[in-house]
This record gives sequence, structure tokens and C-alpha cells, in this order.
Amino acid sequence: MNSRKIKTWAWVHKWSSLVCTVFMLLLCITGLPLIFHHEIGHLLGTEVESPKMPAHTPRVSLDRVLETARAKHPDRVVQFVSQPEDDDGLWFVTLTPTPAPTDDFKSVAVDARTGAVLAQPKLDEGFMYVMFKLHVDLFAGLAGKLFLGFMGLLLLVAIVSGVVLYAPFMRKLDFGTVRREKRPRLKWLDLHNLLGIVTLVWLFVVGSTGMINTWADLVIKYWQYDQLSALLAPYKNEPTVPVAQRASVQRSMEVALQQTPDMKLSFVAFPGTAFSSPHHTTFFMRGNEPFTSKLLQPVLVDAKTAQVTAAPKMPWYLTALLVSQPLHFGDYAGMPMQIIWALLDIATIIVLGSGLYLWLKRGNTVPAPAAPVAAGPGHRPQHGGQQPDPAPAMKVQA
Amino acid sequence: MKQRHSFWHMWGWPIVLGVLTTFGLISALFSDGGLGDMLAWFALGVPVAVSGWYGWRRRS
Repeated sequence: MNSRKIKTWAWVHKWSSLVCTVFMLLLCITGLPLIFHHEIGHLLGTEVESPKMPAHTPRVSLDRVLETARAKHPDRVVQFVSQPEDDDGLWFVTLTPTPAPTDDFKSVAVDARTGAVLAQPKLDEGFMYVMFKLHVDLFAGLAGKLFLGFMGLLLLVAIVSGVVLYAPFMRKLDFGTVRREKRPRLKWLDLHNLLGIVTLVWLFVVGSTGMINTWADLVIKYWQYDQLSALLAPYKNEPTVPVAQRASVQRSMEVALQQTPDMKLSFVAFPGTAFSSPHHTTFFMRGNEPFTSKLLQPVLVDAKTAQVTAAPKMPWYLTALLVSQPLHFGDYAGMPMQIIWALLDIATIIVLGSGLYLWLKRGNTVPAPAAPVAAGPGHRPQHGGQQPDPAPAMKVQA
Repeated sequence: MKQRHSFWHMWGWPIVLGVLTTFGLISALFSDGGLGDMLAWFALGVPVAVSGWYGWRRRS
């Protein structure tokens, strides 16, 4: 690679990372507690669990669960009902002012066996909520998500350009060399290169799946347009089915479960919400296998008649979205995986921090008196004369 | 000092660690508390250990 090419790549690396570094540091720091959100929830006592009862204790009707939840918030509508993956003795009912997407939601946890309200978890306050919002959308809704997605794209550019630059920097060094005895800048450069190349694939995967997650809202909108339009043609000009005209949700759930034997319910989306149509109650089922449990199969049940309208196959883009979630969260292989995720996250913080340090300290070096270097805008030599001549890229502003 | 490292000298370790990471990330997707999870812990633990080893090690 000639020095012109190296300079181009160094320019790409410098600017892509400079623009995204502050946001990436924020994402790494807020993401750290989020890796352990279940455990932190347990410690803080905010995690709701159903009381222990024999496995086959009869369940109350889902309709009763909904009534109980509505009674707590009579001025709201039910958007979603879900069951935790590891606790089918519990229903979470999400209530909002209208079926439209919003941040203003109330959650009611209802015991699936007794129909009693177990808790009304406050999901919109506290430390973890602030971490979550900063991590997901900077409190700025879809615009915030898409902005962070763009920062994620810049991170990917920085990773690729960083890998290209790894070669000229490491030309005369063994893998893992950290020159501690020299100037601090050299030590941090070596650490930046070492941790960057070691965490490369992980960071690329977490960065790209994070970016994909920022598109979730848009992908679901496209799914409605792409897959549901044809199914909804017969309902043209009908308004969203009013609650009073809806069939039993319990019966709808039973027909949906019959439609998909060997699957378990993940969540229910009510008519008019983002995950359903105005005329259907949509039941999202997940498989029983380790991999298929991460995928969802929607079953659209007519909200008035409780008849199955369709169970469309998930299109590839929703499958990609769903698979990208565990790969971003690191929550799919127990506590050791979470700890590894946290350590790799900390390594990334060091890579970002050292990158910033290298840029801030870029001019703080002794110019080499006898080493003429290729001129470039804002260019300064990076090394003293007494040291072995580093690779050409060392002479380029990193 | 060596003149120029061969391709494998420079890229050997990064490739091994990249392949291990990829394998670990995927293997846990297809397992639920089983062997796949343990393979993932090992495969992803290696890059972490390498970071710690070279990052913390003092010059002997």
C-alpha cells in the first residue's frame, strides 16, 4: 500500500471516528448496565415475578386479565399483552392513550392464575429508564434512533478503515506488541491497535445489529404496507374495530394457538396498533427450538369474528431484525456471555478513548530533524529520530 | 528487526480471533443452555483473554 492510499484511509478513519466517538462512548457506557438489566431489576426489586404455584394451575381467561388492567386505567386502551419468556404465570398489559405508537404507556402485571394485579411497574422513570432512553433514542424518538443508527454506520466505516490501517502500523511489530517503555502516545497507539483488532468482529456485529435495530419502527411500517395491504383489502373503509364489538380475546388466542401447534405465545397486538391492523388482533408466536424461539410467527385473527384471517410467513427483513436483537444484546447464552459482553464493551471504551487521546495528542511530539515526510494538510511528523523508523502510516495523522 | 512480516505473521492471530468470535456468536444462537453456550463462552472468552494478556502484561 503506497503512502497516498494510507493517507486516504487515515483521513477516512480519522473523520468517521471523530464524528461518532462521543456518541459511541455514550452508547458503550449506557449499554453496560443494560447488559445486566434483568439482574439489576432483581436487585432493585423492580422485576415482577409470579408467585410459585403448581405447573398446571388453571389460568383465568385473558378477557378477565384485560378487564382487570383496563379497570386500573379506564381512560386508556390496551395496545399489547405479553408473557415473559420464562414465566407463563404472568401477563403484562400495556395501556396507552390511543393505539398509536407513544412513549406514554402504563404497564399492569396480572397473575395468569388468579387474575390479581401483581404490580404496576413504572417503566418510564429511574436509572435504568434513563440509560435505556439514552442508549436507544437520546429521548428524541424516531429521529434520535435514526441519528444513532447513522453514528453506527460511521462506526462501521471507522472499523473497516481501522483494519486497513492495521497493516501499515503493524508492519514491523509482532502481534500484541505494546511499547510501554516509550512515550505514552506510542503505548496508547499500540493498545488502540491491539484492542481494536481483537474486538474487531464482535464490535462489527454489535455495531451493525445496533444499527439494524434503529430501523425497527420503519421495518415494521414497511411490513404492514408490504404484507398486510393485500390481506386488508376486504376491510377497506372500515374503522378500527371498537372495543365493544370485539370477540373474546381468549377465544381468539385459542384459535391462534390451534393454527400454530408447537409454538408458544410471545405477545398480542391489539387492533390499530403498530404491530397489527385496524381489524385484527395479532398473536405473535415463537418456536420451541433454541433458534426458532427467537423468531416470530404472526397470526392475524379477525377482531370481530375471532376467525383466523392469515398466518403470513415472516419476510426476510423481519427475520433479520429479530436475529439481530440477541446479537446486539448478548442475552442469549447466560451469565458468562453477559460478562464477556461487558468486558468486550469495556475494551471498546478503551479503543474509543485511546483513539480520542491519540487525536488530541497528535501534535505533542518531537519533530524528527532529519526525516523528511510527505506533506499533507495539518501534517506533523510523529516520531523522534532516536527510535526505529516506524511504518509509513505512523507519519500520517491518525 | 525483521524486514517485513509475512501475511500470516501479521494477520494470523486477527483471523483466528475473528473466526472464533464469529463461531461463538453463532453457536449460542442454536443452543439453549447446552453445549453451544459453553462453546460460545470459550470462543468469545479467547479474545477477551488475549486483550487482557497483552494489554496488561508488563514487560518481563
